[in-house]
Amino acid sequence: MKDDEKQLVEAIAEMREEEALDLAKAMLARGDDPLRVLELCREAMDIVGKRFERQEYFLPELVLAGEMLENIGAIAKPLIHERSGGEAKKLGRVLIGTVHGDLHDIGKNIVTFMLDINGFEVKDIGIDVPVAKFVEEVRGFAPQVVGLSGFLTLAFDSMKETVQAIEAAGLREGRKIMIGGGQVDEAVRAYTGADAFGGNAVAAVSLCRQWIAA
Amino acid sequence: MSGDAAARYAERTKRLMDAVELRQPDRVPAIFYTMFWHARYGGMSCRDAMYDYARVDAVMRRILEEFQPDAYALPHPMTAFGAIMERMDYRQMHWPGHGTGENVSFQYLDREYMKAEEYDEYLFDPTGFYLSKYLPRVAGGLEGLSRLTDLPGQYYVALVLGMRHYADARVVGAFAAMREAGEEARRMLSHALAFAREMEQRGFPQAQGAAANAPFDYFGDNFRGSKGILLDMYRRKDQLLAAMDKAGVFILRQALAAGSRSTSRFVFIPIHWAFDGFMSLAQFRTFFWPSFRTLLFGLIDNGLIPLVLWEGDCSSRLEVIGDIPAGKAVYWFERTDLVRAKSALGGAVCLRGNVPASMMTTGTPEQVDACCRDLIERVGKGGGFILDGAIGIPDEAKPENVRAMFESVRKYQP
Repeated sequence: MKDDEKQLVEAIAEMREEEALDLAKAMLARGDDPLRVLELCREAMDIVGKRFERQEYFLPELVLAGEMLENIGAIAKPLIHERSGGEAKKLGRVLIGTVHGDLHDIGKNIVTFMLDINGFEVKDIGIDVPVAKFVEEVRGFAPQVVGLSGFLTLAFDSMKETVQAIEAAGLREGRKIMIGGGQVDEAVRAYTGADAFGGNAVAAVSLCRQWIAA
Repeated sequence: MSGDAAARYAERTKRLMDAVELRQPDRVPAIFYTMFWHARYGGMSCRDAMYDYARVDAVMRRILEEFQPDAYALPHPMTAFGAIMERMDYRQMHWPGHGTGENVSFQYLDREYMKAEEYDEYLFDPTGFYLSKYLPRVAGGLEGLSRLTDLPGQYYVALVLGMRHYADARVVGAFAAMREAGEEARRMLSHALAFAREMEQRGFPQAQGAAANAPFDYFGDNFRGSKGILLDMYRRKDQLLAAMDKAGVFILRQALAAGSRSTSRFVFIPIHWAFDGFMSLAQFRTFFWPSFRTLLFGLIDNGLIPLVLWEGDCSSRLEVIGDIPAGKAVYWFERTDLVRAKSALGGAVCLRGNVPASMMTTGTPEQVDACCRDLIERVGKGGGFILDGAIGIPDEAKPENVRAMFESVRKYQP
């Protein structure tokens, strides 16, 4: 890795936003391969994700890292010419959404972000998602894992209904359902019939790794 | 007040204050607090509970007589403000008929109501910013206030001629909406006050009077949105810290004024963004605790009792947040282990909580009874403990579980 490539990875990982943007711009301006720049961003995200898992980083760092990735991506992506290769192979598909009645999304967004930087193909279908919409998306997207998010206690019933509807549609076989957010614990998992619950985004990533690798 | 009711009121108040001041009460007190459980219990929709003051009274009266809590949170100011919001076209929430279903609780909308570039404007003149930028954004009915800019620049003859602004149709419209919303707020609050007096006559003290927020939550929830404030921690650290100090003064003044109007000295402070996973301990020490601690001291110095609901798991914060005068506040923990909190904070602060919401909702009365017994025996030892749900009574709690919780304080002793 060249010196400035190392510097870019380090600047992102160390939350030096301006420096990271300046470096990326300079590399792109002198004609570096935009795919290479994005690959360096991925490497930096990998470090950020690991630090988050080790509880050295928290939500401010995840959100800022996400912003840096987005801003560099916005400059780099238009410069990408048709090339072979393209996107790296994804580990597996995860469908995620906040169940009906609940409008909260920060937890869901963090889980989506963490799964994405860990190599999963994540489809986020938003908040207050009706049961029928989940069923339709499970059918269309065919995820290996479905993540149901909810902050309010009313979400317990919404999660239960969603799990039952996925089952009734004959779509439960061969896929796992995880729940998380707010008050969710083992008692709620049992109540909803989900396969597992997670207390944070790191737990969601390790559940998906465990299920999809198996 | 009848003699019996007066005695019950005094007995309950003493029990609560014994707990707060870290003495061993005759038994552990239990408080009734909910958002919408009363609605379900009384066969009302969430919408009814937000609009129909008389029905709220009727069901609350029944609940208090039936469950006999040691204090209760008056439901009207916490939930019955649908009609007020409607009249001002309030935009920071969705509520039944306005974005959520008939039977779904209101929910706050996590959005950016102040732009990142506006910190300096806020810092220079918080009131001006609030009046001409913030209010028009958070309520459709108040949009006309955006015409009222730079008021201190109007002086002498310019002040006299400046009166024309108050006849601007948009300003007049905003004042009309404010008046209508204000009249509804007065109706609701005088109703609530009458209900509180009646309950006092029946021997039930209120569990909280005023409400406040930590300056970090104030900015995160109401101004910058959660994403905005997270980025500000890196991009605008000094501005954020200065703005929180400034806002803290206004938050304190508001809470002191509200506290002086209530019979309850407890100031309810729900804490949203302090939990362990949100920011690091170092960030908590920098961004959250200093301005919040100043607020706590301000309330305590003025004879009020901060009732802080630490949402989520705040275990790592325990080593920091005990730094307040002993026996002057209540820390209510949602998911923090109370036994651990007791050993970290037992000498400083009364604890409250925390039967899990999942158990109240999906568990059995036997499980609730066992959980409460354990809390009473382990956390209640030596005093300084109030029993409650993790976030009060969840909206979907089974009535038999609620009954089991309130009965437990009469069955078990520390």
